[in-house]
Amino acid sequence: MLIRQKPVIRSFQITPEHNYLNRRDFIGSTALAGTSLLFAPGCAGADDKTPAANPEVNSFEDITRYNNFYEFGLDKEDPAKLSGAFNTSPWSVTIDGEAEITGKFNFEDIIGPHAIEERIYRFRCVEAWSMVVPWNGISLSNVLQRFKPTSKAKFVAFETVYRPAEMPGQRRGVLDFPYREGLTIAEAMHPLTLLATGLYGVDLPGQNGAPLRLIVPWKYGFKSIKSIVRISFTETRPYTTWSDAMPAEYGFYANVNPEVDHPRWSQARERRIGSGLFAKKQPTLMFNGYGDEVASLYTGLDLTRHF
Amino acid sequence: MITPLIIKRFGKLAVFIACCAPLLWLILKIFAVGPLQLGPNPIENIQDTLGIWGLRMLCATLALTPLTWVTGPSLIRFRRMLGLFAFTYCGLHFLNYLILDQTFDFAAIIEDILKRPFITIGFLGLLTMTPLAITSTNNWRRKLGRHWKHLHRLVYLTVILACWHFYWQVKKDLMEPLIYCLIIAVLLGLRIWRIYRHK
Repeated sequence: MLIRQKPVIRSFQITPEHNYLNRRDFIGSTALAGTSLLFAPGCAGADDKTPAANPEVNSFEDITRYNNFYEFGLDKEDPAKLSGAFNTSPWSVTIDGEAEITGKFNFEDIIGPHAIEERIYRFRCVEAWSMVVPWNGISLSNVLQRFKPTSKAKFVAFETVYRPAEMPGQRRGVLDFPYREGLTIAEAMHPLTLLATGLYGVDLPGQNGAPLRLIVPWKYGFKSIKSIVRISFTETRPYTTWSDAMPAEYGFYANVNPEVDHPRWSQARERRIGSGLFAKKQPTLMFNGYGDEVASLYTGLDLTRHF
Repeated sequence: MITPLIIKRFGKLAVFIACCAPLLWLILKIFAVGPLQLGPNPIENIQDTLGIWGLRMLCATLALTPLTWVTGPSLIRFRRMLGLFAFTYCGLHFLNYLILDQTFDFAAIIEDILKRPFITIGFLGLLTMTPLAITSTNNWRRKLGRHWKHLHRLVYLTVILACWHFYWQVKKDLMEPLIYCLIIAVLLGLRIWRIYRHK
């Protein structure tokens, strides 16, 4: 087996964040100039104070300081403050259920054979706030296929690590820990579904679900389970933490849908994190804007009932 | 030693400053003074801070009367100020929702108030406080005579609505709203106990 090492010098060490954010301008302008990199505006470091020349992408600070990760606490700042003792190395993932290859695998063996890609996705929380995050990871389908799921595999279940000693929120038992989530096999195999290992070119911080998390960009954030230690192929719909705890408020599908309100608040609009004090809420898009890619997964399904 | 004279001289000023402190702290955060910051979701931060202080001020207002049973009547002089601060924090909580959160989108606000129970309850709470704030002046007190006292019993409803609003707004962990429920149950329970004891 080819064991691919992580590059020694990471991209964030080479490219300052604002240049990274400016990369489209950079590519655009160099293409226009057609010649010298020396004149590329993004490279000159002249406008250090631009918060985000690409206003779409949230800052590293916003993404890593505003987290829902109840394993570390209930306030949005808790995960960043309280995840210091969380040790993610070594890490292993158990693959079990309806697949030909099962067992316990090291993180490196799960990720190793694949090239890490960058995906910039919108992220919409069920609480009606949103971000845009530059994730690093691989298509979940590429990983799952290596374990040869059988025809009985109709769903994929995921489980977060259970370590109350390192995760103070788990000691309070607000949710039925360990946190569990699940997808249909079609959702799990969809090319947009990402198994993320990093953001902004750095390894995932503890508060963002180190070292391995799911990103399903057309679903509410709680589906995108963090710090995964188990992936199971199942024939029946698996237990999913939020929808089983409060079925009237959270569904199994949890597709972003501006027309189906949460019982206690509207889902029609969302607050963009990082947009400041005076920005209006922006309209929420069906399937979080990924309808062209994923709507066909749900033809014939009543999305009002199966929210 | 805190003597009744000192309370009389400087008490109101001290209570006024103490009640302003959370608001000042919030303003410093809004202008990012020093290390103070509102964080990635500033509007939510303002909303939650104003709301919780509104509820705390309401509890403080209601705590004064039972306190005077122990300490004597001198503390009662602070009750109006505390009540007006409760109204101020709750009113600013609503204004933040109206202006920064909803940016005057009245269609959305009316839908919220009609369709979402926790917002309906919160709005009703604010409505019940408004006449109390208006009639808090000496002039109104004189004009209303004994009805003034009856009218101001509305505050019991206000505090229940405020706590209920908080309880329904929370996503999963009910610990904090339950603590306030308990405090309010004690404050109201003490009054009921006193009524029965005197009968």
